[in-house]
Amino acid sequence: MKRLLASTAVMLALALPALAQDYTPDPAAKPGGSITVTYKDDVATLDPAIGYDWQNWSMIKSLFDGLMDYVPGTTTLRPGLAESYEISEDGLTYTFKLRAGVKFHNGREMTAEDVKYSLDRVTNPETQSPGAGFFSAIAGFENAGPGGLSGVEVVDPLTVKITLSRPDATFLHVMALNFASVVPKEAVDEAGADFGKKPVGTGAFKLAEWTLGQRLVFEKNADYWRPGVPFLDSVVFEVGQEPVVALLRLQNGEVDVPGDGIPPAKFTEVMGDPAQAARVVVGGQLHTGYITLNVTIPPFDKLEVRKAVNMAINKDRIVQIINGRAVPATQPLPPSMPGYTEGYAGYPYDPEGAKALLAEAGLADGFETELYVMNTDPNPRIAQAIQQDLAAIGIKANIQNLAQANVIEAGGAGTAPMIWSGGMAWIADFPDPSNFYGPILGCAGAVDGGWNWSKFCDPVLDAKAAEADSMADPAKAEERLKLWSDVYMGVMEQAPWVPVFNEERYTMKSERMGGEDALYVDPVSIPVNYDYVWVKE
Amino acid sequence: MAAYLIRRLIQSALILLGVSFITFFLLFVLPADPVRQIAGRSATAETVENIRQQLGLDKPFIVQYGRYLGALLQGDMGRSYLQKTEVADLILSRLPATLLLMLGAIACELVLGLTMGIIAALWRGRALDQTLMVTSFVTVSAPQFVVSLLLLYVFAVKLGWFPIGGYGTFAHLVLPAVTLGILGSGWYSRMMRSSMIDVLRADYIRTARAKGLTRARIVLRHALPNAILPVIAMIGIDIGIFMGGIVVVESVFGWPGIGQLAWQAIQRVDIPIIMGVTLVSAFAIVLGNLLADLIAPLIDPRIRLR
Repeated sequence: MKRLLASTAVMLALALPALAQDYTPDPAAKPGGSITVTYKDDVATLDPAIGYDWQNWSMIKSLFDGLMDYVPGTTTLRPGLAESYEISEDGLTYTFKLRAGVKFHNGREMTAEDVKYSLDRVTNPETQSPGAGFFSAIAGFENAGPGGLSGVEVVDPLTVKITLSRPDATFLHVMALNFASVVPKEAVDEAGADFGKKPVGTGAFKLAEWTLGQRLVFEKNADYWRPGVPFLDSVVFEVGQEPVVALLRLQNGEVDVPGDGIPPAKFTEVMGDPAQAARVVVGGQLHTGYITLNVTIPPFDKLEVRKAVNMAINKDRIVQIINGRAVPATQPLPPSMPGYTEGYAGYPYDPEGAKALLAEAGLADGFETELYVMNTDPNPRIAQAIQQDLAAIGIKANIQNLAQANVIEAGGAGTAPMIWSGGMAWIADFPDPSNFYGPILGCAGAVDGGWNWSKFCDPVLDAKAAEADSMADPAKAEERLKLWSDVYMGVMEQAPWVPVFNEERYTMKSERMGGEDALYVDPVSIPVNYDYVWVKE
Repeated sequence: MAAYLIRRLIQSALILLGVSFITFFLLFVLPADPVRQIAGRSATAETVENIRQQLGLDKPFIVQYGRYLGALLQGDMGRSYLQKTEVADLILSRLPATLLLMLGAIACELVLGLTMGIIAALWRGRALDQTLMVTSFVTVSAPQFVVSLLLLYVFAVKLGWFPIGGYGTFAHLVLPAVTLGILGSGWYSRMMRSSMIDVLRADYIRTARAKGLTRARIVLRHALPNAILPVIAMIGIDIGIFMGGIVVVESVFGWPGIGQLAWQAIQRVDIPIIMGVTLVSAFAIVLGNLLADLIAPLIDPRIRLR
């Protein structure tokens, strides 16, 4: 028997702990104007199946839409291109009813065929999408290829039925990922491999100009299906800008949002100047910085040793190194993530206790090991602080200061005893606790080349995680979060990580920028939700 | 002359082949996997293997290199692993900016370096000479980032004479070119000084002086053309350095040159771009040296190309 819900709002209220009222844009907002955003790195691609960068994530969000979306400035799901949806009793069938009259930037109306094409495309190995794995719950994923996904069916031009091979409680989040964006087949066919440079979507903005290595201009999509937005006529992205220079240009009124944030060297100066500090917006971020302890490399195979390292690290001091732009972490999940265990204090900072634990493990005289770290500031400085903390309990950690790709390689190969995750730390793809487990703490990631650098694999916890993710019934949402909380507490008992801090986001904006602060620290559209901000002029 | 040119061209081709082989080999043995950069952190093992196969990165080194070279000889530099764009397009789009900055920078280097070098040579051993030589030491060892930012801050932010970074007009070019000119002028001034001192000792200079020529005429007409040869050879090398990219100055001034492209590609192990930029810059070095050697006999008839 199927449970049919006429109203999306009712469905969402069931699906999520937070009530998903749809969002009312700022009534004071004025349409018009243009803003300038800068980035240091070039934009690699705007193909939603490929793009997975700091720069292009929010750009793609503004050019494309998926079936699901988030209420601006929050982690609350709301329908996107889908007008409503229903989930079968067993949690295996999702039927999405599409909005009528939604147009692609090329003028053609979007239909269910496009949704199927887009999902087929992202999971087709030939597309080489880094996000293909997110769709593994869809039936037929194993055989995905040019023939498409057997689990995605077009019922009629405005209805898509997606069948899963196993219940997936995160599936609606997956459908809100950039990778699930709906693209028109004819535009992809025409551009071929260059679709990433000639994107066509249904989003609030369309690409008007792209001068390679210099700038991109997004222009308002006048036919956007959400009424009233976007407010801005255009957004200009200038790439190849040093963050320090971007800040100078912001002070000079030439830049509205420095996309890379406030450079560490300028942080104290900015926050010390009331005029500048007033233009800073602070928000949480679904981020955890951690030290991995490789459980396959002695002596980290001993639980006492891992616990001792957890107790040896002075997290408050490390937070000071980054100018207090973070809060000390107690567990893998960041505090703003559902499933976070409130009241859990984590391992205390206790060098004496740590020494005692080492002695218990038969290592009273300490040992020598290696700490891998990415070579960009502030990571080497943080590694030095970790090194000193470890020295205090008799562990001599030699720092391996390497380029990001080399650290990732050593982590994947399992040759690094300890890694400080800075610069490569986990930032959630979507706001669900499961996103912090599989690839980085589960058995699936503990393979050669995987991102589980501790090579920690506990089949009991894995089974619990799988159970939690199969609880697709919205009525069991609370129970599911409890189960996830248990999983992470189980991880902490075995201490394969030292969770160090959760970074906060500091975004700066020019004086003329309007819109509530939450839009500037949007947990999903990072750094800024371009669709809803506006300029005062 | 023709035989010389043919020999030099063959040599140049062999050098480029060698550079391509060594670079490709180094990228092959580098302990960083390009596939993992493409696949990202959420990819499954199957996705990673699938991408590896599609890009042919599962093949032995010699097969991969052979394929790359084969495509290259047909004018195909391949597509970027991460951007999926043609490498040739990416490099071409940045070439005008790189060439413009190179010209501007070399012009500044020459004006500053030659003037300082000549003055130092003429006043050899005096306080002025010593001051200039210390200055040249300071400029060649000054950190690019600090000098760039300092000039940007003073002349663009505070005085507002120039735009704060960017590309497009002559005003945009001045600060980055002057920065590079100041930083590189030390090499030229030292080279010019020592070369000039040698020439000023030569017999024909003494003869010229004995004839009663003015000092200015001796220096400019007789000494300079003879002393400038090593400087021209140095320009050839400089061209290669600039073509390889000037990462720091480019990023401070937001200059869309090849350096930033190369730097980002290196960080993310985007092999086709790294190969492309390396080969273009090696080609420029080879070409620059060849041109410098071809120009030499025009300036100094004593030189014969054999």
